[in-house]
Amino acid sequence: MGLARTKTADLASEVLWDDGHHPSDAVSSGTTLLWDSAPHQHDAISTRTFGFWLYMLSDAMILAALFTAYAVLSHSYAGGPTAADIIHPRFAFRETLLIFSSVLALGLSMSALKQGNRIGVVSGIVTAFVIGAVFLVMEFHEFAGLISHGITPERSGFLSAYYAMVLVHSLHLVFGLLWMGVMLAQIMREGFTDNVVYRLLNLKIFWQFQAVIWVCVFTFIYL
Amino acid sequence: MLVHLQGPWTPLIGRLTLNQVPYDNPVIVGAFLFAALAAIALAGGVTYTGKWGYLWREWLTTVDHKKIGIMYIIVGLVMLFRGFIDAVLIRTQQVMAVGAHSAGHLGALHGFMPPYHFDQVYSAHGAIMLLFAVTPILVGMMNIIVPLQIGARDMAYPYLNAVGLWLTTVGAGLIMLSLFVGDFSHAGWVGLTPLTELPYSPGVGVDYWIWSIQISSVGTTLGAINLIATIVKMRAPGMTWLRLPVFTWTSMATNIIGLTAFPVLAATLALLTFDRYLGTHFFTAGMGGNLMLYTDLFWVWGHPEVYFLVLPAFGILSEIIPTFSEKPLFGYTAMVLASLAIAGVSWMVWLHHFFTMGAGPLVNAYFSIATMLVGIPTGVKVFNWAFTMYRARMRFDTPMLWAVGALFLLLIGGLTGMMLAVPAIDFQVHNSVFVIAHFHSMVLLIAFAIMGAISYWFPKVFGFRLDERLGKRVFWYWVAASIMVFVPMYILGFMGMTRRLDYISHPAWLPLIIAEEVGIGLYWIALYYQAKQIYVSIRDRRKYRVSIDPWRTTRSLEWMTHSPVPFYNFAVTPVIHERDEWAWRKEQGLTSLRPERYQDIHMPKNTPVPFILGALSLAFGFGMVWRIWWLSAFSLAAIVSALILRSFDTDTDYVIPAADVERMERRGSVVAVAQDAGRNSGSGHASGSRFRATEQEGQ
Repeated sequence: MGLARTKTADLASEVLWDDGHHPSDAVSSGTTLLWDSAPHQHDAISTRTFGFWLYMLSDAMILAALFTAYAVLSHSYAGGPTAADIIHPRFAFRETLLIFSSVLALGLSMSALKQGNRIGVVSGIVTAFVIGAVFLVMEFHEFAGLISHGITPERSGFLSAYYAMVLVHSLHLVFGLLWMGVMLAQIMREGFTDNVVYRLLNLKIFWQFQAVIWVCVFTFIYL
Repeated sequence: MLVHLQGPWTPLIGRLTLNQVPYDNPVIVGAFLFAALAAIALAGGVTYTGKWGYLWREWLTTVDHKKIGIMYIIVGLVMLFRGFIDAVLIRTQQVMAVGAHSAGHLGALHGFMPPYHFDQVYSAHGAIMLLFAVTPILVGMMNIIVPLQIGARDMAYPYLNAVGLWLTTVGAGLIMLSLFVGDFSHAGWVGLTPLTELPYSPGVGVDYWIWSIQISSVGTTLGAINLIATIVKMRAPGMTWLRLPVFTWTSMATNIIGLTAFPVLAATLALLTFDRYLGTHFFTAGMGGNLMLYTDLFWVWGHPEVYFLVLPAFGILSEIIPTFSEKPLFGYTAMVLASLAIAGVSWMVWLHHFFTMGAGPLVNAYFSIATMLVGIPTGVKVFNWAFTMYRARMRFDTPMLWAVGALFLLLIGGLTGMMLAVPAIDFQVHNSVFVIAHFHSMVLLIAFAIMGAISYWFPKVFGFRLDERLGKRVFWYWVAASIMVFVPMYILGFMGMTRRLDYISHPAWLPLIIAEEVGIGLYWIALYYQAKQIYVSIRDRRKYRVSIDPWRTTRSLEWMTHSPVPFYNFAVTPVIHERDEWAWRKEQGLTSLRPERYQDIHMPKNTPVPFILGALSLAFGFGMVWRIWWLSAFSLAAIVSALILRSFDTDTDYVIPAADVERMERRGSVVAVAQDAGRNSGSGHASGSRFRATEQEGQ
């Protein structure tokens, strides 16, 4: 409790700086470290991926709400088609295999990233992209078939929920494909900078997350 | 796929027509003139002082967490004023519309607002006060204070922080727009289905309600991610979990709620949007829709949202009370655990909002008990604050007055809450103004904490304090007003008055309703003194200059840097040794802010992208409300493109060399003197003259 009253800022700081008799200097230079003078930086990749995990949690909550809605409405057929009428588990199983192989391709790409193998990373992403696009085409085909039979989301509460669930998954897929395209361009432009690496890691998290959504969609809706 | 609409629609301007502008309603025209004059005065003032460039460079494109926090609070205060005006309209309508012989004006049978207009006013009042006034103010507080309390330079993601701000602002802007172009929702802030479905609400009011909340809730979710990541990842060395200041802990708890609850709201509103735009049947009255699904999903978000608001308020009280009791907080660990417990329980009580909707005795019993459980951690907190004040040297500066006032409100609101938690009582008073009075006690507690927080941290953020004498006057008028409005409301609730009445058929209630109107008058006086306090304090800011520790007995880290806080927060990251680091350093006499040596500081660059994203979101929301598809599609494509383009920008940071940091510190710095400033009037002059000296040197 050294100083009792303010002085002019510069004057006081000069005094403290030069004579070193202020108790704080005695302690800080001797026993207690008051300021972190070690040159350190925050690990940008770890901070960014942590935030992305938090985002995934919020996304999971959106899906929890949607699955709740589906569970409540799953028998609200309103005299329209039932689940058994419109759902083809075998077709969906083939789609599931596609999703899994796309995730596998991206996973292989990420292990190439560990070795800094640019060709491996790029070819993995391209493979994942192509398989994901094929999945989207299959899904489009499925919906086009349903709608051509007059089985639209407006028909009943059940169909509204069914379409919403599957389309929300597809939306994730579209977003992921867009992301892959952007990452290909950034790898070409910048190589494996911190920014590119954390985005690739987040993309991996995101891509596996959409596969988890699909597993839930497949299990609870198609099976 | 798109639904058929009533009324005209053209591809170019959607449902927009000239007669959607309510130029024939004097109430709205008055509001418009006021808003327009305020906007013209503001723009004129900025032009006259030549500050457009400054505004753009230093504020609209900033990523500094303190400036973003200040802007959040300004948005919140503007909306608080708007919400207050709505409250004035509601109260005035009720006092004018008692009994069959009450006169009608402006097209209303009784009072001055026809039912459809009155319904919009109370819907706007609720939505604005909760989501666009209190939420942004608290988010702004957390934005400013949390990084300072943990010794960080900024938030974990400064750019995302700015995006969150602008999305919230867009939500508020859409609600304001709904006043002048089209309608607002008439279905209450809760928006119960199927009333909000297209057949029953064919206008754009519900769409305004949906999109303003949807866009701002995206902002709130992003903000929650940011604050959690900041607290987890950005703490200074030595700032262990059990040394975190309690406000930071409650921010953590509150943002865990925000992160998990707001997505549920987003999903719920999205499903309602599908119903209204695509003709699906999630919440419709027929075709397999389930309207209770909406009620459940909404309150699964709605109840945690209430605790999202109250927990930061608890954190504020936990900072103010120890400071003005000149003691450490009693029961720190219990306080932390209680905050997390409240956050956890918040997820298990949502059904108590609709005990009467026939869930059955077992379900009601479960939610009744879960609701009562909330009383335990809350009680722990109340007792901890009481024990902090017990046998303390209490000082009643303005922040402390607000804090103690908040405690009384918590007591009233909490105990009536416990009454409502009993289904048997709830059945008696459900939908009555007793419930309204209860939750207004709770929200007022939050408002009191906010007022306390503003006067408590204002000197830290701006470098001068608010006038104490006027601040205390605001407090006492506010207390009197709250008593006059809400005590009669509790009584009226017991007498059976239901909520949301545009006409009161029972003349015997008139005296109590007049008492409420008198309370509104007292709020106006409080508002007058509030405006005067801000004006006087800014005018005489040299007189009110403070140094780093204006309240002298503060304890946590934010007081350990200059006032106002420099843009880099701390010249060198502090090392933390104790729970109340600043109090500990003062005891040890380690108050010098001068480190052994300075270092380069790494800072994010300002960027216009968040502001642009906000502007595009406004266009997107407006397009969706009026179903102008090309505008929405274009805005959405532009948003995605802006996000992608920004990701190619690698030049997002810069470094301040150590020598510059040292020069800035020497020039603007105040060497820490804990004892200065404060309560004897002489020191105000001393610090004022000191700053004059430094300012001259700066030139």
